[in-house]
Amino acid sequence: MGEPLESAGLFLRLSAARIRAQLQYRTSFALQTVGMFLISFLDFAAILVIFANVPQLGGWSVSEVALLYAISSLAFSLTDLAIGHLDYLPQLIRDGSFDLLLVRPRGTLFQVVTQDFQIRRIGKVAQSLMVLGYALATLDVIWTPDRVALLIATIPAGALIFASIWVAAICIVFWTTEGNEAANAVTYGGTFFAQYPINIYDRWLRRFLAYLIPTAFVAYFPCLYILGKADPLGLPVWLQVSSPLVALAAALAAGLIWRTAVRHYQSAGG
Amino acid sequence: MALVDVQDLRKEFVVRRGSGLRRERVVVRAVDGITFAIESGSIVGYIGPNGAGKSTTVKMLTGILVPSGGRVSVAGFVPSKQRTKLAARIGVMFGQRVQLWWDLPLIESFELLRHIYRVPAERFRQNLDMLGAALELGPFLRTPVRQLSLGQRIRGELTAAMLHEPDILFLDEPTIGLDVVARQRVRELLLRANRERGLTVLLTSHDLVDIERLCSRILVIDHGHLVYDGGLETLKERYGTERVLVVDLEEPRPPLDVEGARVIKVDGPRQWIAFERERTNAARLTAQVAALAPLRDLTLQEPDIEDVVRRIYAEGATGSAGRSSTA
Ligand SMILES: Nc1ncnc2c1ncn2[C@@H]1O[C@H](COP(=O)(O)OP(=O)(O)OP(=O)(O)O)[C@@H](O)[C@H]1O
Ligand SMILES: [Mg+2]
Repeated sequence: MGEPLESAGLFLRLSAARIRAQLQYRTSFALQTVGMFLISFLDFAAILVIFANVPQLGGWSVSEVALLYAISSLAFSLTDLAIGHLDYLPQLIRDGSFDLLLVRPRGTLFQVVTQDFQIRRIGKVAQSLMVLGYALATLDVIWTPDRVALLIATIPAGALIFASIWVAAICIVFWTTEGNEAANAVTYGGTFFAQYPINIYDRWLRRFLAYLIPTAFVAYFPCLYILGKADPLGLPVWLQVSSPLVALAAALAAGLIWRTAVRHYQSAGG
Repeated sequence: MALVDVQDLRKEFVVRRGSGLRRERVVVRAVDGITFAIESGSIVGYIGPNGAGKSTTVKMLTGILVPSGGRVSVAGFVPSKQRTKLAARIGVMFGQRVQLWWDLPLIESFELLRHIYRVPAERFRQNLDMLGAALELGPFLRTPVRQLSLGQRIRGELTAAMLHEPDILFLDEPTIGLDVVARQRVRELLLRANRERGLTVLLTSHDLVDIERLCSRILVIDHGHLVYDGGLETLKERYGTERVLVVDLEEPRPPLDVEGARVIKVDGPRQWIAFERERTNAARLTAQVAALAPLRDLTLQEPDIEDVVRRIYAEGATGSAGRSSTA
């Protein structure tokens, strides 16, 4: 039972160590965080521009759209903050450094995501929180306990859904990355990874897949419920409050896929 | 039960060779049916030429790779199925991989590993004191890893692999890049941990001095097959039957023609004459040489492990042909 708590403690400890390392470069760190914060406002500015011309969009007011945006963006940016380092998995696999994670007494997924912690990603979280604040301040909603509960549950559930999709999708590199093609050559003393450019999984494609599709469960359905709107598609109401369950199911499935994928890991010559 | 128990272990890699349309799938049998057991408390050397399958074996023993066939048990666990349980009991170091945190001081890396391995604070301090003294880490404990020299970093890596008091250490080319003094320190540390704590070590190395100084037993692997398992002396006897008589003649001569032996090197008046133990002996050879040319001095060279290993690698102790097959 102490297990998850202990792991959470370790997560914080490892992240703190990464933050300390980044603080060695104080100025660049501060600039990047502020930059991230400002750039992320551009998304929302685009929405505001539209509403400057029309008061309503598909029956949604600007405050309602802000709520929708804030929930999904907060869930996504929390996921990005916590497990963003997953982007580097292809590189870990290609150069064989995933080996080292397998010989430690901890979960491999846990170790991949704690290899780095990009604190500048907090900029996006902060921006999402501000939009959420704006939505809550301007919305005309009667805050019944069920609505409050759903709003609170929706954010971690949404983050979990994004994370699960992300994990499941990236697992493909265990099959597609051929250990190390250079493994055919003499491996003694070789450090091949220097030859490979850092290939970050296409961030945009990933965002599109992992962001748009599940946004329905992460934000749209819960918003319908919280705002008391009728579902234009006429789907059953229980769908609107199902995101926590969907999140749990997605997490279980992603965990299973990850385990299977790791057994296909071929390492690299050396 | 033995600490390490390996039966008929196999690993095949499917690789794609060639380019464009002519790409074909090739199955490489990196480890091809290996059986051995290691008792607790021994230091075993695992040697073989490049690409023989040493690292692949170590990866299957440590739970990194899932075997294609055969059985493995280490410390009572099946590595690929009980990976995290096993990980707490073993220490692993790959001379070419960095496990320390690149931009943190060495001591902070150790501190993080303490939490990852759940080592009690008191034990951790004792172990770090012991290892730090043995490997003389003191001067650079607070230096970020990226600023360490290769030798310093490798000493740090070895410490990292031993902080949680593993029962068995797997070292894949641990002394790559170390100077003579550092190498000696590493060897002393391993011998001491072996003596005092009964630490078991499986070591691959291309440095035969490591093997000679440390290992009571040697496994030789070639093309995925185990070709020798036994002590160093027997290895020398079996493969090192060739000895060399070095003679200093009164004056330079062309290579001498002696029965049952051959001249392998000439340097002025000095000649190196190699001979097989079964075919002739040093006394007879000396008499023959003396009859051909006036002799000033002579010495006899016993085979050293380098010669032995060079010979095994060159001849490939078994007549192993084509280990790859097209699938
Ligand atoms: N991940 C991999 N994918 C494909 N082939 C591999 C892989 N790892 C190793 N091999 C192949 O398996 C064989 C054995 O490799 P291995 O790394 O075990 O050799 P080794 O004995 O450690 O050699 P060295 O002394 O060069 O380190 C080689 O032919 C190598 O090309
Ligand atoms: Mg190797």
